Amino acid sequence: MSDATARPIKVLIAKPGLDGHDRGAKVLARGLRDEGFEVIYTGLRQTPEMVVSAALQEDVDVVGLSILSGAHMTLLPKICAGLREKGMDDVLVTAGGIIPDDDIAALERAGVSRVFGPGTTIREVADFIRTSVKRREV
Amino acid sequence: MSASLAERARDGDRRALARLLTEVENRTAAGEAALKALYPLAGRAHLVGVTGAPGSGKSTLVAALTGEARKAGRTVAVIAIDPSSPITGGAILGDRVRMQIHATDDDVFIRSMASRGHSGGLAASTVAAAAVMDASGFGLIFIETVGTGQSEVEVAAIADTTVVVQSPEMGDEVQAIKAGLLEVADIVVVNKSDRPGADRAAAQLRAMLTVGASADRAAGDRPRPKRPDVMLCSALTGKGVPELLAALDRREAARSSAGAGARDASALKRAEAQISGILSQRVAAGLADPARAAARDATLAAVAAHEIDPFTAADRLLALLGRAAEG
Repeated sequence: MSDATARPIKVLIAKPGLDGHDRGAKVLARGLRDEGFEVIYTGLRQTPEMVVSAALQEDVDVVGLSILSGAHMTLLPKICAGLREKGMDDVLVTAGGIIPDDDIAALERAGVSRVFGPGTTIREVADFIRTSVKRREV
Repeated sequence: MSASLAERARDGDRRALARLLTEVENRTAAGEAALKALYPLAGRAHLVGVTGAPGSGKSTLVAALTGEARKAGRTVAVIAIDPSSPITGGAILGDRVRMQIHATDDDVFIRSMASRGHSGGLAASTVAAAAVMDASGFGLIFIETVGTGQSEVEVAAIADTTVVVQSPEMGDEVQAIKAGLLEVADIVVVNKSDRPGADRAAAQLRAMLTVGASADRAAGDRPRPKRPDVMLCSALTGKGVPELLAALDRREAARSSAGAGARDASALKRAEAQISGILSQRVAAGLADPARAAARDATLAAVAAHEIDPFTAADRLLALLGRAAEG
């Protein structure tokens, strides 16, 4: 009766922080929809707590964070820590937007699995998610 | 282990509730087992269906009603359904955008669901998900349908109270007398009352939906349409929202105090909708069973070749499944 392998992957696309530019996040959301994912979009100006809470209630497989404001070194580690604190260690966290190469190693240590820079194709993101997402057992 | 997930959800563990809803949504054996355990605890919440055209303001209205209910300290759960792509199976679930003000409130639980091919404005597991939330102690549960057209009325079969949201630009009186969505409303809300034309739209709806309704004539056995309340409100400014929540509460109170009869009517309809859904699921799963593949394929081929008619074929396949159920 279980058809867990056929179920769509659930992705939360969130924009933490104060920048008001979400065209990229919306284009990615739409692109992932076309790749067969169920994409939950939460809108602009999300606090780390709001992102963690939405990820928990929606029981997503992936949290994709779009950030252009330069506050990524503060906000992204907070979100990763918040997810761990709620027992969501198995949720894949990715980031995109404007993030300098020098910051990537630190973000990965904080729990971000992959940082996608400008010019990344939607196919690359989708393929990374498909190969990296952890299928969970109850 | 699923039993403990059910127990944890019942005891207020939101993570467990979220995980359980995934199991229920994916119709896994674990989800089904948990539902069996939780079902006796459900049946206490007020299930409010909120439906209407895309962009009429359903999500914003649900967020506003949730805020109003929270002022009184009530717990609120929301199931917000958006359509799945018929082509890729993907979906954009965007209703949370309007509800994020409640994101970090532990007494509000919002869950998005993709319709996953189910038509009628809901997802196949919506009622089951609502039962899990109900058993987890949420007293008020909003079920927000996909943006509907004129005839996606399924929500009325599963909700205790159905709210149809209209925008002031809904059209003229002819739109108001068309069969379908407006007929299943307990309350019709003209939202965006801050915009021009809202008063007129409400007046037209009142004239067409309540004045002409024939509930006061001797009805015989013919089913009677409802006589909905028509209310004006602006989810954006909050005007009319307290009155709408009060109207919902009055409906619920009337239903409860009317005794078992009135309460049973919506519960019976819901039971019927649930069971017929599960039945068709079981039939499909039974026919997909490899053990029956040969018999099934032979029957399909016979219909394709016009050797037997599809009605006879369906009866044969049902008989095949029936033997399996007895054996």
